[in-house]
Amino acid sequence: MRKLLSLAATATLALGLTAGIASAEDPLKVGFIYVGPVSDHGWSYQHDQGRLAIEEHFGDKVETTFIESVSEGPDAERAIERLARSGHDLIFTTSFGYMNPTVKVAKRFPDVKFEHATGYKQAENVATYGARFYEGRYIIGQIAAKVSETGTAGYIGSFPIPEVVRGINAFMLGAQSVDPDFKVKIVWVNSWYDPGREADAAKALVDQGVDIMVQHTDSPAPLQVAEERGIKGFGQASDMIKFAPNAQMTAIVDDWSEYYIARVQAVMDGTWEGGDTWGGLDQKLVHIAPFTNLPEEVAAEAAATTEAIRKGELVPFSGPITKQDGSVFLEEGQQATDEQLLGMNFYIKGVDDQLPK
Amino acid sequence: MSALEPILLTIITASTPLLLAAIGELITERSGVLNLGVEGMMIVGAVMGFAITAMSGSPYLGVVASMFAGMAMALLFGFLTLNLMTNQVATGLALTILGLGLSGMLGEAFIGQPGIKLPVLHIPGLSDIPFIGTVLLSQDILVYISLALVAAVYYFLFKTRAGLVIRAVGDNHTSAHALGYSVLKVRYLAVLFGGACSGLAGGYLSLVYTPQWVEGMTAGRGWIALALVVFASWRPLRLLVGAYLFGAVSVLQFHAQAAGIGLPSQLMSALPYLATIVVLVIISRNQAVTRANTPACLGRPFSPDR
Repeated sequence: MRKLLSLAATATLALGLTAGIASAEDPLKVGFIYVGPVSDHGWSYQHDQGRLAIEEHFGDKVETTFIESVSEGPDAERAIERLARSGHDLIFTTSFGYMNPTVKVAKRFPDVKFEHATGYKQAENVATYGARFYEGRYIIGQIAAKVSETGTAGYIGSFPIPEVVRGINAFMLGAQSVDPDFKVKIVWVNSWYDPGREADAAKALVDQGVDIMVQHTDSPAPLQVAEERGIKGFGQASDMIKFAPNAQMTAIVDDWSEYYIARVQAVMDGTWEGGDTWGGLDQKLVHIAPFTNLPEEVAAEAAATTEAIRKGELVPFSGPITKQDGSVFLEEGQQATDEQLLGMNFYIKGVDDQLPK
Repeated sequence: MSALEPILLTIITASTPLLLAAIGELITERSGVLNLGVEGMMIVGAVMGFAITAMSGSPYLGVVASMFAGMAMALLFGFLTLNLMTNQVATGLALTILGLGLSGMLGEAFIGQPGIKLPVLHIPGLSDIPFIGTVLLSQDILVYISLALVAAVYYFLFKTRAGLVIRAVGDNHTSAHALGYSVLKVRYLAVLFGGACSGLAGGYLSLVYTPQWVEGMTAGRGWIALALVVFASWRPLRLLVGAYLFGAVSVLQFHAQAAGIGLPSQLMSALPYLATIVVLVIISRNQAVTRANTPACLGRPFSPDR
């Protein structure tokens, strides 16, 4: 386990030397904990893009630090505490599994502000934030159902947690809006990041006749398999077109920059508060990579869906929706509450798979 | 193409890096040196293989580079543990940590670059034989090397005099020394062989398995290879069984999941480990034979002057 503490102080230092007018105050220290390497070209990479955006925006008024490849669990607590102890004012912990460690460390450091991504436990000095990726998944579900010839998509999941289950359901809702009989084959790799296993899982899915590859893991390996085997797929977390120039139809891209800048500003202004932020296409936390390798009319329809979701005209989880076991999830005209979405632990009707408990 | 062929091809791809790394470590351990740095040597092999391929355009040069990168790491390990007599366990762990960090640094420029895949070597005539030809004889050079190495190591260890010397050094370095064999020289060569194989295993990852460079892409395969060596009780053919069993179960459990057999995915992910341990323990259940195969001097430093 490597823990590379990288101090990105060069930019700050260079600016500080030339700009003598900068205030004499100490820069605000902002720390980040990443679950994968910065170079995963997916989840952690996008968070780091957000960190760089902070540096660019605030210049020498901030100093940022990150620790990468921190495994979820006891290791995380040590890493978070290290940042808290070394005088960081604001710490972003960017993976679901950091939830309990973050809350624990936050109790010991009441003056430090913590921001935990994708979790649901808040405190006075712990805010949570997340992005409604499922909005993007609804869109790619629609595309998948329109493009697929076999009527079956392969879905590579990391862990059966609400975040991922919600994504599968949203994907299927989108697909069912085009083809009510659309099928999905789901494979869990029980890892967020293992290129080899993700590739194995992708190959297994292709061998079983899927012609659309969807992933909720962090490396470009599944998309690369899609490219090699001549099927289509979607990028995850960042635009992966370079790895699959002929296969990627679009990608659901996380964009944390605006949120991160706003939160740093809030700390500087003394207006920072705990609580939860959960934005989607409307708040630009999620955006959709350019449509490629698609028939024109499909791309146009997908763009229209994107716009409708952004404006709130289309809400992916709105009734009637039936659960897999046949019971009613949402009545006609009902919309899912955030609480229902955050705790989602069931498949909707039409998902032909058993959810691992 | 039957439905079975692509599955078998995937299994070969999943097993080859484990087999390559493990067969090298088997020789290293047979000479009495425990190198826990397999993961580190592998990942440096992976990044160098990718880097040289990207710069030269030739994946074969990349393969050679990955081999030498693994050897360079092994040389460092050899110098520390054999000459300076540092603790082998601690040095091996340090080598892994060094490798993971170093590879991240070396690979920075190559992140996000699509890779070049090592081509399949078509053997005229033979590669077209249905099934055997299309599966076994339509592979890249590293698969052939891995299988040839198993046969060669088996023959070398048990049928040649040099193999006997390696085993003697691993079993009782004092006696081997008294007989006039240079313990350090033998161990150096064994450590370097292990490094070369680990490097090739890494090269296989970044040039065949998933032709790209991403940090930490070995994802623990070095540790699995280390475990395989022990569970195979230092026998090359059992190692072959173990590596392919592990690869097969990890691929087949994905197929089972995709087919929707309804077992918990957590259990399915544990299956490769469980199956490999159970099978290799059953094969190695004869304790007397296992003890005879265990290098008695494994992990013990040797100083010719004492």
